[in-house]
Order: sequence, then C-alpha cells, then structure tokens
Amino acid sequence: MAAFIVRRLIQSVFVMFFVALVAFSLFRYVGDPINQMVGVETSLKERDALRERLGLNDPMPEQFWRFISSAAVGDFGISYQHKRPVSEMIALRLPATLELSLISAILSLAIGVPMGVYTGLHRDGLLSKVFMTVSLVGISLPTFLIGILMIYLFAVKMTILPSFGRGEVIQLGWWSTGLLTTSGLKALIMPSITLGLFQLTLIMRLVRSEMLEVLRTDYIKFARARGLSNRAVHFGHALKNTMVPVITITGLQLGSIIAFAIITETVFQWPGMGKLFILAIENVDIPIMAAYLLMIALFFVIINLVVDLLYYAVDPRLRIESGTAHGHG
Amino acid sequence: MALLEVHDLVVEFPTRRGVLTAVDEISLHIDEGEVLGVVGESGAGKSMTGNAIIGLLEPPGRIARGEILLDGRRIDNLPYDQMRTIRGKEIGAIFQDPLTSLNPLYTVGEQLVETIQTHTDMTPTQARARALELLIEVGIPAPERRVDQYPHQFSGGMRQRVVIALALCVNPRLIVADEPTTALDVSIQAQIIALLKRLCSEHGTAVMLVTHDMGVIAETADRVAVMYAGRIAEVGPVKQVVKRARHPYTHGLMGSIPVIGHDADRLTQIEGAMPRLTDIPTGCAFNPRCPQATDRCLRDRPEPMPTEDGQVACWLFEKEAAHV
Repeated sequence: MAAFIVRRLIQSVFVMFFVALVAFSLFRYVGDPINQMVGVETSLKERDALRERLGLNDPMPEQFWRFISSAAVGDFGISYQHKRPVSEMIALRLPATLELSLISAILSLAIGVPMGVYTGLHRDGLLSKVFMTVSLVGISLPTFLIGILMIYLFAVKMTILPSFGRGEVIQLGWWSTGLLTTSGLKALIMPSITLGLFQLTLIMRLVRSEMLEVLRTDYIKFARARGLSNRAVHFGHALKNTMVPVITITGLQLGSIIAFAIITETVFQWPGMGKLFILAIENVDIPIMAAYLLMIALFFVIINLVVDLLYYAVDPRLRIESGTAHGHG
Repeated sequence: MALLEVHDLVVEFPTRRGVLTAVDEISLHIDEGEVLGVVGESGAGKSMTGNAIIGLLEPPGRIARGEILLDGRRIDNLPYDQMRTIRGKEIGAIFQDPLTSLNPLYTVGEQLVETIQTHTDMTPTQARARALELLIEVGIPAPERRVDQYPHQFSGGMRQRVVIALALCVNPRLIVADEPTTALDVSIQAQIIALLKRLCSEHGTAVMLVTHDMGVIAETADRVAVMYAGRIAEVGPVKQVVKRARHPYTHGLMGSIPVIGHDADRLTQIEGAMPRLTDIPTGCAFNPRCPQATDRCLRDRPEPMPTEDGQVACWLFEKEAAHV
C-alpha cells in the first residue's frame, strides 16, 4: 500500500515536470513578454535592460530551472498586466472556483446516483423514461445556454436569484467562503447547477447502465435466492458493484469541472480562476496562464491519486496481498 | 403429503415472435428429505422449473398456469416480499457457477452473517459464530482466517463449499441445486456432490438436483425425472430409470454413458438434436428422433401415464399403464 502511494507520487512528479515544461514554453513562444509589459514609447535600450533584469537572456535550462524551483514553492512571478504576484491573485480567486466546483460535483453525485439507481431498477417506468429524456437535454444543450436561460428565468423574470457574482463572502484566514451567508448560497445555486448539469446526467446514465449490467449477474440472483431484502440486494450488493466505474468517471469529471468552470464563470461573472485565465489570455499575461496550467495539472494529479485510493477501498480484488488464491482444492 | 408439489406448471416467455413455452404442464413432487434428480439436455426446461420453484424466473419469463405448493401452501403467486421470507429460509438455492455466485466485494463471513441475520434474530456475534460453524461443516480449512477473506481468495471448489454453506445456513427444508458441479473440475465434482449429499441427509433437507450428468444422478438421487423439450418424459426410482429405462429417450440417454470394463468402440448416441422451442413437432416431441415412433406418436401427444413406481409419457406403455 505504502509502496503503491510512493510509486504514484513519483509518477505524479514526472507528470508535473512535463506540464511545467509546457507551461514554461509559453514564455518562449507566445509573443514577446517585454512587448506586453511596456508602452510604445519605451526605447529599445530600455527594453534590453528590462530583458536582462528579468533574466530572459539567460540560457534556457537555467530559466527553466528558475521557473520550476520558484513554482515549487508557489511563486509564479509577477503578472505582466496587474504588476502583482500571480500566487496572490490565484489565492484570491481559488476559493471561488473550488467552492463552485465542489458544490457542483456534490450536486451531480447526490442527484445523479439516486436517479441512476432508480432508472436502473425501474427501466420501463414512466418516471425513468422522463429522466432519460430530460437527461438527453442535459447532455446535448451547451452549458452556457442553460446558464443564460436560468438567468433569464430566475434573475430577470422572477428576480429570486442574483444573476452574477458570489454574494457576500466571509474570510476564514486567506480563504473567502460564500457558503456561510444566505446571499452567498443563493448566488451559488444557478452557477453550480449550470456547471454540474452535464456531469449529473452523465453520472445518472453511467449508474443506470452499470446497474442494469450488475442486476443480471449471478451473485445478485444468488443474493435474491438467499432471501435478502430488495434494499440489501439493490443498495448493498448491486450499487456497490457499480462504484468503480462511477468513481473513475466522477474523478475525471471533477477535474474537468474545475478546469472548465471557465465558461460558467464567464456567464455568471463568477470571480474565480477561470475568469482570471480568460482575462490573462486576452492580455497575453503569460505568468498567470502558466500558473493556471500548473494548478489544473496539480488538481488532476491529486484527484487521480485519490481515485486510485478509493478503488482500493471499494474493490478488495485490487488490493495486492500475499496469500491470495490457493490453487484448486 | 409431499414437501413440494408442482401441478401442471407452464412457464412462458413472451417474445417478439410469439409466446415460447419453456416448461409445458409439468407435475412433480418431492418428499421430505428426498433427493429428486432432474435430468435432460440443455434447454429441456430443467433450470426453468427450478427457477420457477424459487420464484426467480428471469423476466420476461412467467408462470402462465399451474401451481407450486410447499407443505400444501401455494407459493407461486406470493408477492415478492412474502416469497422472500421463504427463499433462503424454507427453500435454499445453489447455482451453477461458484465463481460468480458470490459478491466479490464482501467477505465470505459478511455474506454468511447477512443471510443468517435476514432470517433469524441472532446478534452479530451469534451470527458470526454460526458462520464459522457452517464453514467447518462444509469442510473449509482454517475457518477463523478464511471467514474474513474475499471470494477471489478461494478456489472454485472452496467457493462452491461456501455457496453450499450459504444455501444451508438457516436449515431450509428444500434445496434447489441447479447444476452445482458443472463448472467444477471433475476431481472436485465428486467431493462437492458427496458433501451436498452428506449435509442434506444429516439435516433431513430435500434436494431438487438439476443436472445433465447421469452419473451424478445415479449416485445421489432417490428418484429421477427425465425432461425433454419442456415436458417430463419419465419419472421413477433411480434404479428403475437407470437400469430399466422405459421411455426411448431415457434409453438413449443411458446408452450414452460409458460403462467401465465394458469395451465399446463407440458410445451410442441419440440421432438428431432436441427441437427448438419455436418448432416442437406435433404429437410426441421426441418422435423425429425416436427409433420406435409410430403414426400415433406423430399425431397425438402422450400424457404422463402411471406405471407401478412412476410415470412415463410414451404410447408404448399405454397397455402397461392401463393395468396399474
């Protein structure tokens, strides 16, 4: 177990190294940073001085080493646009994105799994058919459209929910949370539904097909033959066996939720990292882009590690132990 | 009164091309503590009959007509939750493939305890003690260690022992064993059959042993029912059916078993194959393959007729039956 975690951590270091390489190459190949930092009236000489001072004339490996060693301690340099440390700007916006993403993920699991179980158990029921049809809509409509429709309905027409922003936030150390105020929670409703709807339908459909698969197996039939209650058969025996693929997909999707919160954050003017990234692209603010890239890669690496550990918890067959399978006898 | 009675049971499968009759008016009974072997080729309706008895026909299969009685009480029309209290408690079941009968995500002990607690008021500690007892009874070595292991840590034979322990854990009065050894190595088959036979005679449990293995039947069963194309061809005491089979189909089946010390170049075999459910011939379903078929066999379907110690559904025995 410990060996497994160590192995995964070493892999993760490699993954992060390569992402860092890609992020670093942004500095080199996406425009000239000096152009972005100075005005038109700056002379060539001043530009060269600045280039020298920022270390842009040093050899590549040296620059790269400087980049990753400072990134490793959370220093991503100074934003070209805002002239403030990138790490500070990200720390300011990270809580907004993480809260939105986590609430969406919880929402999609808490609703998607029961709906999937229901549609799996009552495959020909009327309600199942309604769920399946509605889920098609969820899968095929683009996120931003749903967001805009909701804004129109709940913010413009009914004026019960705010159309943009996070509402009031409370500071817990450096973390600003919107989960503790009514207006903060209200502001979360529409963005988290918009962001989570696709994953919700995906999880529902996944759980449904897995349930249909598992309910056909011999061990479910044998569980019924032992006279276990429907509840025990469906939730204890069937649902648990659907969990491995669900964990895989949920893990991947959580990464995507965080990474692709960009669109939702734009629609709802949500002050998160996605919006920061969009603005950074518009202004070729490379330090922010590089930092964002690294952050997202880090999230994916962490989530994948957690997913692998969850497999271990759920499926005993994946636990490598001595003394398995005792031949024939 | 017999422990289990099946009267004129019909199991149907509605399909797009019409209704298929998988089990066609079968009647049989099993007495307390008796082992009834049910043999036949694949698709003869053996497993279907077993599934109907435990109330676990896979949809869209359904019992169309007939009744199943346990202790004289009808159980074929019980609602799911009432049937549930009979399954496991009164009627246990063993299925073909021990590798897939156990839930891979729970330890053997958890599955035993769960079943015991479903049907009794035992505390978790008592149930665990009972689980250990059962593992010893079915011959699993080092049960204290094995009880906390997962199914994948057991071999096929050991898993079938666990399945037997699960089927027997609250002392049911009848066990429906559907091909309990087919998926196992030949060397282990005999052990498992011996175990099942010993446990059931110790506990006085009746067994409906569904198999296509005549050898297993000859060794284990008290009586045999031979099934062909969804119907019963012949029923009788095991000696009678094995040694002096009446129905030409049973004859054919017996002829296909190799006899030790009897030097035959070729085993006899029954020509042709069992008809598909979609085109069962009129008259006797066996007539296309029967060496003794007459015009009457092509025309009229024989119903099971009583003999001195059983039943046979064949026109050849009409006269004999009339004298009983």
